[in-house]
Amino acid sequence: MHFDLDEDALALQATVRDLCAGRLPLEATRDWTDAATFDRAAWRALAELGTFTLTQPEERGGLELGVAEAGLVFQVLGAELVPGPLVAAALVADVDERVGAGEAFATVVTRPPAGSGPARAGGPWVVPHLDLAADVYVVDDEGVWKAAAGAVEGTPVPNPLDPTTPMWLAGEVPADERVGGPELARAWRLRGSVLASALLAGNAGRTVELATAYAKQREQFGRVIGGFQAVKHLLAEAFTRAEVASVAVDAAAVALDEAAAGDEDFASYDDPTFNPVRAIAGARVLAARAASQNAKTAIQVHGGMGFTWETPIHLFLKRAWVLQNAFTTPEEAADTVAHSLSERKAA
Amino acid sequence: MRLRDSESDARFRKEVRAWLAENLPVLGQPPAYGDWPAKKAYDQRWQKMLFDAGYAGIDWPTAYGGRGATASEQLIFLAECAAAGAPDLGVHFVGQLHAGPTLIAEATDEQRAFHLPRILRGESIWCQGFSEPGAGSDLASLRTRAVRDGDHYVVTGSKIWTSYGFAADYCELLVRTDPEAGKHRGISWLIMPMDSPGIDVRPLRTIQGESEFAEMFLDEVRIPVENLVGKENDGWRVAMVTFSFERGTALVRELLTAMTMVDELATLARSLGHGQYHSGPKAGQRRTAWDDDAIRREIGQVAAELDAMWALTRRNVTRAAAGGGVPPAGGSAFKLTYSEAIHHFGEVAMKVLERYAISLDALPLSGGSSLPAGRHILEHLHAFAISIGAGTSQIQKNILAERVLGLPRER
Repeated sequence: MHFDLDEDALALQATVRDLCAGRLPLEATRDWTDAATFDRAAWRALAELGTFTLTQPEERGGLELGVAEAGLVFQVLGAELVPGPLVAAALVADVDERVGAGEAFATVVTRPPAGSGPARAGGPWVVPHLDLAADVYVVDDEGVWKAAAGAVEGTPVPNPLDPTTPMWLAGEVPADERVGGPELARAWRLRGSVLASALLAGNAGRTVELATAYAKQREQFGRVIGGFQAVKHLLAEAFTRAEVASVAVDAAAVALDEAAAGDEDFASYDDPTFNPVRAIAGARVLAARAASQNAKTAIQVHGGMGFTWETPIHLFLKRAWVLQNAFTTPEEAADTVAHSLSERKAA
Repeated sequence: MRLRDSESDARFRKEVRAWLAENLPVLGQPPAYGDWPAKKAYDQRWQKMLFDAGYAGIDWPTAYGGRGATASEQLIFLAECAAAGAPDLGVHFVGQLHAGPTLIAEATDEQRAFHLPRILRGESIWCQGFSEPGAGSDLASLRTRAVRDGDHYVVTGSKIWTSYGFAADYCELLVRTDPEAGKHRGISWLIMPMDSPGIDVRPLRTIQGESEFAEMFLDEVRIPVENLVGKENDGWRVAMVTFSFERGTALVRELLTAMTMVDELATLARSLGHGQYHSGPKAGQRRTAWDDDAIRREIGQVAAELDAMWALTRRNVTRAAAGGGVPPAGGSAFKLTYSEAIHHFGEVAMKVLERYAISLDALPLSGGSSLPAGRHILEHLHAFAISIGAGTSQIQKNILAERVLGLPRER
């Protein structure tokens, strides 16, 4: 066991962070509200670092790293609030090199398991970034299906909750071409869930930083508000939630890398605490909670300024609210963890 | 980053699992809760078995008689013990996890040579004499006085929350040796033999009913100067060394036991009738607590919270192994979040047990069976021991805010 970031991992994170600061700063990306305003050159630069091809083999232009490293990079993307179909790009890179290289866009939608959750049967598909995407990929129990984005009749969602994640509602998404079987579908669900959770964990960490910095300079009653215990404790709680979420995401990503080939659901390992499916679901429970709670804390600490559109914290909250339902939901994930529990009678 | 066992880890796990399977039946069932003399004997018997098998002081350096196991092996050992239902350290908690490591870090060769082997063999039991009635969160304001008289300190004062005070042979005692110095500067860390004249130990009844805690009154207790650990008036720093163990990894075994208790709670929830009868395909069958989506998912949330604490433990232990011990961010984050998770666990357990949450013992049912209700309620009450002891959650938040986030300090 060695469960900490090594120097290479830290360097990888720093590289991505630097690029984001230079090419994808929040002042600019907060206006990327549709395909027309989306900065494709900046996206391409992000792709050229290998952001979407970290886990691909070398012959497909990849870096042959694990989901663990991809998770670390996605935590940075979450912290920088980078918009766009990030998780979709990292998944579709498996089957379309142009998407991995940032030359084309794709979007991925999941058909939820029948009967789970509210209004699941027959509800409309929710398709993000349909205007940007060349192809729409559908993940269901039978496999992964591809359709040209132009073939999807979608109605734009008015006034999207997260301004830089435009959404469409579609009654049907045609399953035109089968690009993979149940194994690929399962792999995408798990990897997609981990990467979305990584974005959430990064989001959670950033809002604490922003709120802490504000609390150190904002003065009321003749002193900085960060000196008041009521504020300090809010920030300490938020910091802790972000740390725990980040560690849970790392553990989930490592577990996915280390899962035995052909591991079906709750395979048993010699180490009874090792369970990739459970770790991935648990990471979502904690990362979703951390991201939304921390953004709310950050708005509260910013006081009236936090309630303005101009202050960017609300964008972190709204992104968190959208991302928490990507590939699984916090409630569904909690159920997955519950169903992984073993039979054990009290001694 | 790696989480799965290496080949040598896997061998070690197999060896520990086999040893536990063979030796746990020999040890037999633990005594009834609250029978402290029997508990002491039981824990000592187990410690001796661990010692003979080479598992005592698993994290201690070999130079001091420990096993010097790797970080992975320590966690594997604890996880296997928890999964097998092996006893925890019990009366050896203070000696193994506080006093022993503190002596290794700070004591003289003579002190180490005398005490460490006795702790490892389970022959000497230690208790903690830190908190006082007037010095809880503000521990540095402690007032128990030690006055130098020749080659002895004469100690007078009172201590509280003295874990295993009734069973102990030695006490790690914080005393004020210089009342004129600033409050952090005049403190010393002493080894007090518990058979010294002038010590009065009284059991302290807690909200759990019986407990391992005691109050301790000291009336001119004479302690040899050679029992000083570290320098005179340097005891606060030595105590901080002790705390770094306490906040770092001392709760790992508890965490692992709690993880097995979530499995138990889920098992209980699947069997416990709840609310109304099913309609539809299962018509006529009684719904169980497990059939309640809200309760089942909340159990899943608690399991996820504990899993994350296990991941954080592995992060902390990896960092500690790289040198410098568990960093404050990791230690305080663990302590704070683990406290919340155990409180959450207790709350869900109450929802599962519902109308049967009525006793601290198992409920007798017809036909000689019983419902293991009390252990979950005791765990719920025990959550306060975690969120209050060893620095309350509020103190942990101050530590995080000031030392990690760099916010202004309290006074």
